[in-house]
Amino acid sequence: MAVTEIQSGPSLLDRLSRPKPVIALALLLWLPLTAYVMFGHRLGSGAQNVLLPAIPATVLLYVLGVRAFRESRVAVIGLTLVFFWLLMAVSAPYLPLMDPNKPIAPFTTPFTERGDLFFWLGTDFKGRDMLSRMIWGCQRVLVWGVTATMVAYVVGAMFGLISGYLAGWWDEIISFVANVLLSFPVMVLFIVILNYLGPSGFNIVVAVTFASAPAIMRIVRGLALDIKTRDYVYAAQTRGEHPLYIMIFELLPNVRGPIIVDACLRLGYTTVAITTLTFLGLGLQPPDPDWGLMIRESARTAMLWKFSYMLLVPALAVSSLILGFNLLADGLREMSLRD
Amino acid sequence: MSAEAAEQVPVLECRNLCISYYTRAGEIPAVVDFNLKLMPGEAHGIVGESGCGKSTVALAIMQYMGRNGAIVGGEILFEGRDMRQMSEEELRQIRGSRIAMVYQEPMASLNPSMTIGDQLAEVPIYHDGLSEREALARAEEMLAKVRLPDPKRILASYPHQISGGQQQRVVIAMALLSNPKLLLLDEPTTALDVTVEAGIVELINEIAEEFGTSMIYISHNLGLILETCDRLTVMYSGEAVEVGDIHDVFDEMRHPYTRGLFGSIPLPGADKNAHPLVAIPGQLPLPHERPRGCNFGPRCTFFRTGVCDAGPLPMHAVPGDADHRVRCERFEEIDWNRDLPKGEAKPPVEPGDVVLSVEDMTKHYLIEEGGLFVVGGSERVVKANEKLSFTAREAETVAIVGESGCGKSTFAKVLMGLEDATDGKVMLGNVELGGLPVQRRNAETISKLQMVFQNPFDTLNPSHSVGSQIARVIRKFGVASKDEEVEAIVHRLLDTVKLPRDFARRKPRQLSGGQKQRVGIARAFAGNPKVVIADEPVSALDVSVQAAVTELLMDIQRQNRTTMLFISHDLSVVRYLADRVVVMYLGRIMEQGTTEDIFAPPYHPYTEALLAAVPIADTRIEKRHIVLKGEIPSPTNPPKGCPFSTRCPYMMPGTCDAELPPLRDFGEGHRILCHLDPAELTAMEPVIKPKSEAAERL
Amino acid sequence: MLKLILRRLVQMVLIMAVSSLLLFAIFDTPEFKKRLAVQELGGFAVSALTEESYKSWLAGRGLDVPFHQRYLNWVGNILSGDFGFSYEKNRPVGPLLADRLANTGILAFFVFALMIPLSLILGILAGMKEGSLQDRSISFISVFTTSIPEIASAILLTVIFALGLGWLPVKSAMIGGFSFRELVLPVLTLVIYDFGYVARMTRASMAEVMTSQYIRTAILKGLPYRRVVMRHALRNALIAPFTLIVLQLNWLLSGVVVVEVFFEYNGFGKLLLEAALFPDVEVVQACTLVAVAVAVLSQIISDIGYTFLNPRIRFA
Repeated sequence: MAVTEIQSGPSLLDRLSRPKPVIALALLLWLPLTAYVMFGHRLGSGAQNVLLPAIPATVLLYVLGVRAFRESRVAVIGLTLVFFWLLMAVSAPYLPLMDPNKPIAPFTTPFTERGDLFFWLGTDFKGRDMLSRMIWGCQRVLVWGVTATMVAYVVGAMFGLISGYLAGWWDEIISFVANVLLSFPVMVLFIVILNYLGPSGFNIVVAVTFASAPAIMRIVRGLALDIKTRDYVYAAQTRGEHPLYIMIFELLPNVRGPIIVDACLRLGYTTVAITTLTFLGLGLQPPDPDWGLMIRESARTAMLWKFSYMLLVPALAVSSLILGFNLLADGLREMSLRD
Repeated sequence: MSAEAAEQVPVLECRNLCISYYTRAGEIPAVVDFNLKLMPGEAHGIVGESGCGKSTVALAIMQYMGRNGAIVGGEILFEGRDMRQMSEEELRQIRGSRIAMVYQEPMASLNPSMTIGDQLAEVPIYHDGLSEREALARAEEMLAKVRLPDPKRILASYPHQISGGQQQRVVIAMALLSNPKLLLLDEPTTALDVTVEAGIVELINEIAEEFGTSMIYISHNLGLILETCDRLTVMYSGEAVEVGDIHDVFDEMRHPYTRGLFGSIPLPGADKNAHPLVAIPGQLPLPHERPRGCNFGPRCTFFRTGVCDAGPLPMHAVPGDADHRVRCERFEEIDWNRDLPKGEAKPPVEPGDVVLSVEDMTKHYLIEEGGLFVVGGSERVVKANEKLSFTAREAETVAIVGESGCGKSTFAKVLMGLEDATDGKVMLGNVELGGLPVQRRNAETISKLQMVFQNPFDTLNPSHSVGSQIARVIRKFGVASKDEEVEAIVHRLLDTVKLPRDFARRKPRQLSGGQKQRVGIARAFAGNPKVVIADEPVSALDVSVQAAVTELLMDIQRQNRTTMLFISHDLSVVRYLADRVVVMYLGRIMEQGTTEDIFAPPYHPYTEALLAAVPIADTRIEKRHIVLKGEIPSPTNPPKGCPFSTRCPYMMPGTCDAELPPLRDFGEGHRILCHLDPAELTAMEPVIKPKSEAAERL
Repeated sequence: MLKLILRRLVQMVLIMAVSSLLLFAIFDTPEFKKRLAVQELGGFAVSALTEESYKSWLAGRGLDVPFHQRYLNWVGNILSGDFGFSYEKNRPVGPLLADRLANTGILAFFVFALMIPLSLILGILAGMKEGSLQDRSISFISVFTTSIPEIASAILLTVIFALGLGWLPVKSAMIGGFSFRELVLPVLTLVIYDFGYVARMTRASMAEVMTSQYIRTAILKGLPYRRVVMRHALRNALIAPFTLIVLQLNWLLSGVVVVEVFFEYNGFGKLLLEAALFPDVEVVQACTLVAVAVAVLSQIISDIGYTFLNPRIRFA
């Protein structure tokens, strides 16, 4: 995350805005959530306790983010949308919600009371509470989406640096492989890979890596080609630095800026891809709530005006998250152009 | 000025012009209280460093301020009418027909996807209502007038198909097409090589004579202004500080900044030992951090509290000359003859043993002509360096001079071990470097040979702090490894380059260009090098900062008895600081010798032309007029025989374009690669000499 | 120029060869062979087969020869127009695929016919005056629409126009023959998602050109603003969007899967997904190959177009 250095008055928030605390906070948010979503079933009944430290970390990161991006209204709106869902994801077990998987009263329309329960967003065809399913539904798409994007970035950036900096045969081979992968339409590639590997979260990570890494590699390669002509790289070469050192310490920190914008956009794409794949039946599997799954199930059962809320709720939820990522990317780009 | 001229209406008059830019930080004044009066046929120079507002003035005259700029006060009168009151349509009719402009980067100023013919023809079509055929005919005529060969071919070309010098001639032709009253030239030669620049300057001077166009010539180069202009405005930090007739300003300057500027450029007669340059202390203020009162105050040796920082300063006329005005409160108190800035003379350094010797070093590249993957590609040899031989001794400065494509950067790469020499030897002490890539050199060899880079904005990695970048070199070369030791050395190096120690924690973006370049010097000297290659280390810096960095570099060199290879295209700097000079052209050494030998006959014809091409900001100097024809050939396709034969005024057909010239030795290491008879070479007249008294009276 | 096209064609053949090899290899496991047997003979019959008779079935299907030979046979068949057999649809793949591709072609045609003018005009209007109200509103609309994934906009459109207002049919299966009304929602869904991206890229390209020095030259030459925009800016600003639009075909093939499945439109994407879920291996292979071929071809067209539009490369 881009962090501006502020010279005057190192208040607590300023000191927290430095790279190291921000990374620590991000890990504090991310590791528990990932552990909970990926391995929650193995942690047993106390699983939700791992999420406790993540809640203050999320709030603090949001405050720091708003401070850092205050110049761009667009970025702040994007950040707010993304952090709203992040906060929902980490605090879902502590919110006064009904069990998202428990059938109660099928086809209850929004804002109605059944017995002593009030259904804000109604229930689905099985009678499960929509509000609860919507909030719980963001967990899996966030965790798998971000994990997949990160893995794709590590792979793509690595090959991009090698291809751009070492050039020659490395470049020929890597670029050709990337070209082959890029000539598969993304969804077709997803379908082929998931058909071969079988549908699961981990396989989505693999599929997203195959689909996104070549594009990321191309971006990083382009940046590396540009940066390697700079004098400071020349200086490192002339003092006999190892190519690996140059790639990691001289090139990588300087490709970070443009990549962060692209990463936000790509998080959006990945979210779309996971939701769509789940809708198509190739992604995350029932019964745990997920937006794509909610659409899939409702599209079969609720094609009526009266029950359109069952489709609209997950559709709007996923759109708001993607809008958040896109606005964030837009704001970041705008700010980077201004400086 | 004659009585007749005084009655004429000025072509252009700026009165109290104020221009601001609007940024996030609020309104930033770019130009304040600017006045200018331009009479018909007059050429007015505006000189100043980056950010002084000189280009802003030109664009304001054109009424083209972009989205965030605005003229906030004053008047711009074109032939007596205020341009600020004109409608868009009136402005459009004036732009390109009555007032035309020539830009700094010709390539970027021409539309890449339109033919030159189309771009030229537009002007007469829209301003004079000509038909396309007539317009093209006029364009062709104009291309011939700016002396472009084969105008028909050029009309049909796209901009990228012709060279930079030709592009600039096209832009000039475009500006002249509807015979403008006023021509604005914004650094028209900055992007060009010196010998090409000389051709453009000659053309501009002829235009002034032939068309009687008034000109405003914007440049950072005082020498160019002297060659082209009648009057001059010196700008500093958004203000005009001195205005006057060019000879008054050059010879009887009355502003401390103007004088500081002349003290910091190497004029003939300056010498690194006897008459070193005097740098202006400090650096340019940022536009939003300008001081109260005199903008130059903080850097001025005559600064007096209460006088210079009291408030906005007006322009004062110099007594006895109403046309010569300065923005200085104390100009009458200063004794302009006595208080000349003078550098401290330093004893000359005796060179020691030979440290670096280059023998017949040759570097060829193979370029593969695009075939289908592996098959069908043909290979072509680019001779980047051809049989280079010279030596450099301890504590000596050897300058390598040449224009683009001469092979100086390839040579640096071979020396630094990034490229292998194809043939020949490069000896550093008793280590052969030519075939030893940097990966196979040991830390000692690497640390003995370091480099200072050209571009201050590229020389430091923007992601790491200044201190950590210097520390990396110290550790890498094994100078020290303990944290405290390394830190102590970093601090000592920062002291050496005269930067505060707390700069170690700063990121490069918090430094100015000159400061970055100082860090670059500190980094190069961190491993106690024997030889330092300085690749145009000051050419990207502002004039007033250049001198300080140059002096610093030479002081460190003097203390450490380092050998310096100074790569440059600027002969004035070379004359000032080099002990010996190597002149290169298209990969070959054309001439080498001591600095005195190079700057006096016998010359190689290329050296002669190069000397004549460099503008000199000194009214007491007279220069022979030699303008080379054509452009520098591409190194991928060099001429047969002597590489210079295509442009040489002495070219002997059948000899020069057929065989490689012999190397003629004039003793004491002065060698010239030329077919001309040694007697003929010796008989050449000096290019630069003091103006004779008779000439001055004229 | 000719050299470049040739070079591109060689590259295309190489890419097709490698991707077909990959595609063949991943569906060439014993598992998939078994599934094929189940589809052909029926699950019960296969479980009753002895090792011997399974082997003879393999031999009869030509599945026992070495890998490279099978691959070459397969490629040979495809090149001669034989794409295999669909067990799910009980038809040869070739004609089946041709039908479905034609349907998707109709869809794509309308999408492009709407998207290209819309995105280019909006992008140019926005980029012409960077930072103006016009620019900011167009930019916001395009960010907003690209943020609604196809699946969400399909739902929104269906809920509003089909379920709510009842103007348009919910599904686009075209059971009663071709109908324009059934085409509206799928086309709109794809256009809404895609146009924003192209519009934004056009805007960026236009904005960059408008701040370039040669536009300044053109304005300071005294040309009318119309001429500056139409003659000097557009030509340069449209180079990047052109290549992008051609490459958009690749994106469209992705989007088409969701839209066709959601609206039950019988096109290429729906065929691919159904085949993948069934699994109908030869259909998946054929569909994927066709998709890759389309993508590679569009890449070549975009490259050649770029070269042609850009004199800096054309006359290098």
